[in-house]
Amino acid sequence: MKLLSSPAVKVGISISIATGLYGVSFGALSVTSGLDFWQTMALSLLLFSGGSQFAFIGVVAGGGSGVAAMSAATLLGMRNGIYGMQLNALLHPTGWRKYVAAQLTIDESTATSTGQTDPDEQRRGFWAAGIGIYVLWNLFTAVGALAGAGLGDPRQWGLDGAAVAAFLALLWPRLKGREPVAIAVVCALATVLAVPFVPAGVPILIAAVVAAVIGWFSHGRSDEGLEPDVDPYAEHHHRQHGPAASRKAGA
Amino acid sequence: MSLWIWLLLACALAYAWKLVGYFVPAKLLQNPRMSRVAGTMTIGLLASLTVVNAVASGQSLAADARLGALAAAAIALAFRAPFLVVVLAGAGAAAVLRLLGWN
Repeated sequence: MKLLSSPAVKVGISISIATGLYGVSFGALSVTSGLDFWQTMALSLLLFSGGSQFAFIGVVAGGGSGVAAMSAATLLGMRNGIYGMQLNALLHPTGWRKYVAAQLTIDESTATSTGQTDPDEQRRGFWAAGIGIYVLWNLFTAVGALAGAGLGDPRQWGLDGAAVAAFLALLWPRLKGREPVAIAVVCALATVLAVPFVPAGVPILIAAVVAAVIGWFSHGRSDEGLEPDVDPYAEHHHRQHGPAASRKAGA
Repeated sequence: MSLWIWLLLACALAYAWKLVGYFVPAKLLQNPRMSRVAGTMTIGLLASLTVVNAVASGQSLAADARLGALAAAAIALAFRAPFLVVVLAGAGAAAVLRLLGWN
């Protein structure tokens, strides 16, 4: 009962439901992109990082090669390494917990944890959000995959439009300030220019290189682009100052 | 079959990134430049994936119902709609535009 009165656990549970639910859209889009049920489940169970999973199926749906899909997913997963470093400094997991914590290290579990100030709450928030999202995300991926397989022509249902919307929704919370918007515009332009000249999937990797070069030489905030898709403390942030302002980890 | 190989490799590499944070000395990753590259690359990749899914079909560019999906999603996001509603708005817009004959 003490656990349920923890504010971090409450936030963790509500973020689990909000994030887990959109596993439905991943599952449905994945099977209509040409992956089978178990390939879809493997991505949610083993890769477990929404952006990278959508990237993988997005490249496959666009006719890109397996290598391009893997590369896009992997480049998008780099931020999880940064989150791991922050969480390791915050929670100090030991033994086998380190390996489990690593798998649960994603935008939302990190944000739930780093949004708390008390070390015990930080720990509870991480595990509540991490485990909750893992269970619900996989459950709803399965639901979406089974439903998607019975849909027939995905274009008739506008599922290719759903993919466009999903990527924009993943990008949107990260467009805070002038520089992130500029990076997004430059990378979008680079993509459009590259599409006619290189094989499908490669324009995405070109945009990644452009973005990396900008990041290397720019002097913007060091946590730019490292925002969760669903902000666990959205209400709190709206009452206070700008979003993501108090989300910085101890690092 | 070969898709399975790339898929499993992607899973392994994703886990490797996550583990790196827990095992590499913090000093290495505390370099603000690494953190910034991870962030700008996330923005760049998501922007690129949005555009590719909206206007690319293979190696050519096309203006079809997916542009309507992009606009509908942007409107939903501007009104702070939750993720799933945004996705449904995108699907609905594309489906309706196709029904009206715009491919």
